[in-house]
Amino acid sequence: MGLTLVYGVLGIGDFAHGDKMGWGMFLAFFVVSSEGANLGFAGGQFGSLSFGWGLVVGILVAMAGVAVISIALERLVFRRLRAAGGTFFVFAIASLGVSIGLRALIQLIWGPSNFRYTPGIHPAIEIFGGIKVKPDQFFIVGITLLAAVLLYWLLYRTRFGKAMRATADNPGLAEASGIDTNRIRYGTWLVGGLLAALAGVMLGLQAEVRFDAGFRLLLPLFAAVILGGIGNPWGALLGGLLVGVAQEVSTQWINTGLKPGIPFVIVIVVLLLRPRGLFGQVR
Amino acid sequence: MDQLIVTLVTFDGAVNWTVGFLTTVAIFAILALALNVQWSVGILNFGVAAFFMVGAYVSAVLTLPPPEGLEAYVAGWGVPIPVGWIFAAVAGAVLAILLGIPTLRLRDDFLAIATIGVAAILRSIANSVEGLVNRSRGLNGIDGLLQDEVSGGGYRWVELAIALAVLIVVYWLVSRATASPWGRTLRAIRDNEDTAKASGKNTVRFRMGAFILGAMLMGLAGAIYAHRNGTISPLTFTDLLGTFFIWTMLIVGGSGNHRGVVLGSLVVGFFWFGTPLIQESLPDWLGSRVFQVRQLLIGVLIVVFLLWRPQGLLAERDRVSRFVSTGPGEPSESLAGSLWQRIRTAVSR
Repeated sequence: MGLTLVYGVLGIGDFAHGDKMGWGMFLAFFVVSSEGANLGFAGGQFGSLSFGWGLVVGILVAMAGVAVISIALERLVFRRLRAAGGTFFVFAIASLGVSIGLRALIQLIWGPSNFRYTPGIHPAIEIFGGIKVKPDQFFIVGITLLAAVLLYWLLYRTRFGKAMRATADNPGLAEASGIDTNRIRYGTWLVGGLLAALAGVMLGLQAEVRFDAGFRLLLPLFAAVILGGIGNPWGALLGGLLVGVAQEVSTQWINTGLKPGIPFVIVIVVLLLRPRGLFGQVR
Repeated sequence: MDQLIVTLVTFDGAVNWTVGFLTTVAIFAILALALNVQWSVGILNFGVAAFFMVGAYVSAVLTLPPPEGLEAYVAGWGVPIPVGWIFAAVAGAVLAILLGIPTLRLRDDFLAIATIGVAAILRSIANSVEGLVNRSRGLNGIDGLLQDEVSGGGYRWVELAIALAVLIVVYWLVSRATASPWGRTLRAIRDNEDTAKASGKNTVRFRMGAFILGAMLMGLAGAIYAHRNGTISPLTFTDLLGTFFIWTMLIVGGSGNHRGVVLGSLVVGFFWFGTPLIQESLPDWLGSRVFQVRQLLIGVLIVVFLLWRPQGLLAERDRVSRFVSTGPGEPSESLAGSLWQRIRTAVSR
């Protein structure tokens, strides 16, 4: 959702989004790991969830951290490129450079190994009909829905959201109507960064904390965004769901190793049949 | 790494390292030139590694003898190496057509997104389909061109000669192509697609053509790489080295300028392959992290060049034909030229 927002409002396909997720993941890891424990965080457990207050603090730190990174990048890189009349190409390559740099920094600080937020095996509980779900997964789905609702509220129920949508449609006109488009851009990066961090922590909770996890997710992310229609948060949510389900279900018929190819096939099929996505508008 | 340092101390070692280095750079320069052709029409290919990989694998399986024992791969017809090269280029073209058909008609950005994951997918296919290309065991014992005729230490010179010869041919080819009316149309499309359309150019066909040409050259580079290395596996073709590294060469050297791109390959290549040489002499805290640091610097290099020297070391020439007159006071083109200009004004002041 963060990706589709930045893409829609700023017209930048942010190839560094995956690595911002990586940063979110690792910042939260820092808080819950032993370094964080020395600072008095970590510990505690909520009921049958695998984490406690430590991770809540971790999520907040991650969101703040990635938002700062995101805004700093706009200030240092993207704003200057825009002032120099940069095209989509320039932004894309720049974000790629940023992506490489961010990933290298993660490796520099935390090394190339994989981690988990909390060691040990977390048993799944049976809900009904033999379907097993980990308690953490309820939490992830809940947070995702909450984020979606908040984003919807921001975009469609506040002045700021209205200004954002106006900037997305026509930056020149928005500026002429007295909207400070610069502030909107910072705001968009801020929200995009917050969402990336949140997604990163959730990904770390569900799978493993590893330096290139975010980058590996980039194609599925773009697949979800294109499927849902660029700039459409609900579309991205549904697109993400469809891409994820398609990937998992596909292993019934095809070799598990080919699973990463599914989002790609989805992208190609969507582009061939309905390039504006399921819910996109014609531009 | 220790061994590398030791070999460098001797004169022979230094020569051998330089020969090997130049061979590698020549192969990467072919990739960068190929990317430059695609870029010249505004195609954003983030999947260079995929074309590189396809070329390498196709040429390898065609030229290898039939599989034995634990080996399991298709083909293995033992065809002559130059035939393998040709089919590597064809394979690159096929991949380009497959990717280009759904994306090139649409918005500029879709091809970039579609290509970003292709290399990863090809890697996972190569890794997981049994009997295709030996899975993660990789292909070994790929013969080099003329390897039987030249034996021993002299062969590395042959490798260098082959890579350089191909580089020169490719350079000549892309220079001719981009200077031709066809190439000028590509630039026109990149700079203003609407006016190009209004002039009656079928922009989709031109883009497809440039995409295919670049992809063929990338496939060729892959074939040369495979026969030079002798062994390839899915792990060889990482996004970092196969794609982003090539982009850095293009941006640093000067996108749109073929000479600049070759220069960029040399500069960035020296930076990348030269860093392990000084690893031993660095303080421990830095030496142990040298690989991450150089990756970080690659990212920084891209951004810094885009911000402060978007035209690269050697800028694209504005003048497209020697029959077009250039006005007086034309801004100087190269970095050296602009430095010279600055010195001249400073002296005359």
